[in-house]
Amino acid sequence: MAGGAPVIEVKGVTKAFGEREVLHGVDFDVADHEAVALIGASGSGKSTLLRCIDLLEEIDDGDIFLDGEVITDPSVPPVAVRRKLGVVFQAYNLFPHMSVLQNVVLGQMRAQKAGRREAEEEGRALLARFGLEGREGDRPDELSGGQQQRVAIARAFAGKPRALLLDEVTSALDPELVGEVLEAVRDLKSAGMTMVIATHEMTFAREVADEVAFLHEGRIVESGPPQQVLGEPRAEETRKFLARLLEAGRAYGDDEGSWPGRPGTA
Amino acid sequence: MTEAAAISPGDRPQGERRREREEAKRAKARRNALIAALSSVIVIGGLAALVLTSPGWPTVRETFFSWSEFKNAFPEVLDGFWLDIKVFMVVEAAVLVIALAIALIRVNRSPGLFPVRILATIWVDVFRGVPTVLLVYLVGFGIPALELEGLPTSPVVLGGIALTLSYSGYVSEVYRAGINSVHRGQTDAALSVGLTQTQTMRHVVLPQAIRRVAPPLLNDFVALQKDVALISIIGPQEAFRVAQIFQGENFNYTPIIAAAMLYLVITIPLARIVDRMGGAGGVR
Repeated sequence: MAGGAPVIEVKGVTKAFGEREVLHGVDFDVADHEAVALIGASGSGKSTLLRCIDLLEEIDDGDIFLDGEVITDPSVPPVAVRRKLGVVFQAYNLFPHMSVLQNVVLGQMRAQKAGRREAEEEGRALLARFGLEGREGDRPDELSGGQQQRVAIARAFAGKPRALLLDEVTSALDPELVGEVLEAVRDLKSAGMTMVIATHEMTFAREVADEVAFLHEGRIVESGPPQQVLGEPRAEETRKFLARLLEAGRAYGDDEGSWPGRPGTA
Repeated sequence: MTEAAAISPGDRPQGERRREREEAKRAKARRNALIAALSSVIVIGGLAALVLTSPGWPTVRETFFSWSEFKNAFPEVLDGFWLDIKVFMVVEAAVLVIALAIALIRVNRSPGLFPVRILATIWVDVFRGVPTVLLVYLVGFGIPALELEGLPTSPVVLGGIALTLSYSGYVSEVYRAGINSVHRGQTDAALSVGLTQTQTMRHVVLPQAIRRVAPPLLNDFVALQKDVALISIIGPQEAFRVAQIFQGENFNYTPIIAAAMLYLVITIPLARIVDRMGGAGGVR
């Protein structure tokens, strides 16, 4: 783990939906400027964990800290916490009745009470940064999936968040559009953004993450540097998960699997 | 191009198939138009013949479609109709606002609003569940009977109140359906950029909900526009009431036909607007 005090600390977090317990005591930390890739099968609780961190779901047990302060105490106003975090959703969740620029500045203007001119200037600059200049006035449905997801990234980034939570941001995209979105995430990483990245893209996790955490049946089974977790996984569950991904990759015609250093070849 | 022609079936030059298809399309269109015209003549002509040759037709023509009666009654029926329009406009505006308030109360989950939420639910259940004509009657005769200072006594106002109660029940349910139809992800996204619950409702959920329910809302306007005639039972001289007075004097129903035509002048264009919104891109 990189040095410095953790920005996000998750301690013993439990979350159930009715009878179904999705998270059973999750522990993990994200240090400043660090990107943690959260991997695991569908239904392993990745999205739920991210939603809990942004207080979109209420946790049942444990605590989550942001910059050393507990955010999951009932006395903490969730709105104040959410203003310090940014979320990018799998399905983009852009506001369809607003222009691209309005999507990006809504939080700035309404939540952070920024002036319109200032917010729009920043919004335009952000859109340009993610390759969307000229699309400011378009409606989200006039954009490709990759462009929409880049707008969503700009929207989450516009609030100058302490950390970004990325929830499988490429899973809803056509394969040829994945690259442009990953490029935007790389840009954020090189800008030093602290991030939690729930992903199925192992190549990308290996490239951009400082740490990989494998979530299995609501627990972090293994975490560590990408080479270790993806290359020489210690836990049996991690090995099985990676082997399944490899098989799926073969079934789709990827010759040697979709990430380097897959298990068993190191 | 020559290559394409060489391999086209039957060795015909490029473009010939297109001409054949267009000719076939035109022939089909002509045939369809002919069938439509013929069947119209048969159906409409048949119905007209049935009515016009019925034994009572001469009497009906005299008592329902008398030109002199029409000319005689129309100006006053039209005057009465202006009252309908005024009541409609005021009631519609009140309904839009009150129904939205009720819908917002009903979708709000905050515990402090619990009693108000119960009241809103009862409001909708009761006023939507009672026939509008009974509400007009009960409000129109019930409120004045209280003999309280400051309560309205004008039958027009009382009728308007009854219509407002009834329609706010319906329309609040339309709004509520719209609000509930906005995807959960929209709320998540709005909250995640730091908006409060209230801001999320105002800037993200409501604008989408209202766009979506615009066609059913307009549909309820059409219904309300017609139901304004119900206030006639407590006395106001609106179009139907005026027409009834004429009818009572001369035992001729033509003034009622005149009133019906006035309603159609308003409701048919409204219906076309509803069609258009429902058909193309009503949801955006």
